[in-house]
Amino acid sequence: MNETTCTLIAHDLSRQFGQYAAVQGIEIELKQGEVLGLLGPNGAGKSTTMQMLSGNLAPTRGSIQICGIDLLDHPEEAKQNIGYLPEIPPLYKELTVDEYLRFVAKLHRVESSQILDALVRVKDRCGLNQVGKKLIGILSKGFQQRVAIAQAIIHQPKVIILDEPSVGLDPNQIREIRELIRELGKTASIILSTHILSEVETICDRVQILNKGGVVYSAALSDLKQKSINLEQIFEQFTLKKELVGDY
Amino acid sequence: MILTIAAKEIKVLFVSPLAWVFLAAIQLILTWVFLGRLDAFIELQSQLMLIANPPGATEVIIVPVYAVASIVLLMATPLLTMRLMAEEWRNHTMPLLMAAPVTVTAIVLGKFAGLMIFFLIIIFLVGLLPFSLFLGGTMDLGLILSNTMGLLLLAASFVSLGLYVSSLTTHPAIAAAGTLGLLMMLWIIDIVSTDLGNLLPNLSLLKHYEQFNRGMIDSFSVIFFMLFIISFLVLTIRRLDGSRLHG
Repeated sequence: MNETTCTLIAHDLSRQFGQYAAVQGIEIELKQGEVLGLLGPNGAGKSTTMQMLSGNLAPTRGSIQICGIDLLDHPEEAKQNIGYLPEIPPLYKELTVDEYLRFVAKLHRVESSQILDALVRVKDRCGLNQVGKKLIGILSKGFQQRVAIAQAIIHQPKVIILDEPSVGLDPNQIREIRELIRELGKTASIILSTHILSEVETICDRVQILNKGGVVYSAALSDLKQKSINLEQIFEQFTLKKELVGDY
Repeated sequence: MILTIAAKEIKVLFVSPLAWVFLAAIQLILTWVFLGRLDAFIELQSQLMLIANPPGATEVIIVPVYAVASIVLLMATPLLTMRLMAEEWRNHTMPLLMAAPVTVTAIVLGKFAGLMIFFLIIIFLVGLLPFSLFLGGTMDLGLILSNTMGLLLLAASFVSLGLYVSSLTTHPAIAAAGTLGLLMMLWIIDIVSTDLGNLLPNLSLLKHYEQFNRGMIDSFSVIFFMLFIISFLVLTIRRLDGSRLHG
């Protein structure tokens, strides 16, 4: 695989919490314009993996490269290329949407002359035009989630990390978010975690299934479709019946 | 980056009523003391004239105001610093700062600077009291400046300690109680430790402030305040780094 086309490479990523190994030896490679879905039961290590990829958690072992820059050696340069949506939206409820996004843009070193453009563009994309002057605290869960997604993409990062982006949204909003993710996937590479299998099927190019801190299955969705394999069966097979994991 | 974070802190502070209530309450208390001392000075003025080397208006009126100001700040600081870090953790906004291309040092210094700007406003408002007396006569400018400088260093020390305690917990209330407890301890340490040698009393922040209050800028006190501030800022940075390393 040619390294220049990879925007995110995680090698032998591991994380211990005391004696407990939350993530062990995960390998992730993300090509430009690719949407990767991370699946797995609760506690499989999805969020821990994403926290490490976003620089929120230092890995016990392994390396992470973002656009060819080592995240651990040059965190500031690498982080400029990352947009991160944590599991719980990181919102300052006492600020308005505009104030908040402006702060995030400055934090991500968007040139002050371009902040207004970035703000308009991202609000347009996430459907936030009506609520710019409103306090984040009074917005509905759906709008808050959209603000959180806007926060992750305002600086047009090359790598977007989305931890359960569609949680708490109604079916219409989920569809909108999926469309947004697909559109973002044209220019950036995206890694997202979810519990909804159909979400992976509709928006992802590739899927990795995590269980007990390791990758137990990895495949391109086009392959799955070609062989008409059902993702649900695969998921059950690799996360429920442990004896099969060893065979893989 | 430091300025961006400081500006956000100031904004969050001033959109809540807390900051305004504090500004008003502190000003009310200090103006009250000020007027009380002014009354006393006018009453005593004729008698003071009879003394060979009488204390001036600055000493009689302004020094007590600044002495009270230090106690008021000691009480107020924990309530202002409590949410600096604890709330970022509680509201899960810390991942946003950590995922941004900002160093941990910039986060800590930004928050420190943000609250110090607020304290500069307080100290400026306190400073208006002695300057109002310039209308009626001459004041001891050196004494006023040394008091202002002392109050600034004292406030910075309080804030750095409060910032550190706030980074230890996710509950702002616990951070406030912890900071208040530690500040109280550092206040009374010179009272209770009179016969424990002369090392412990040197830790008392307010004892060092007394020097400034009397108009003496002691380089030992200045260095002590500086070391105190830097130590707790470094501890806070280490604590934030640790949260990334140890989870």
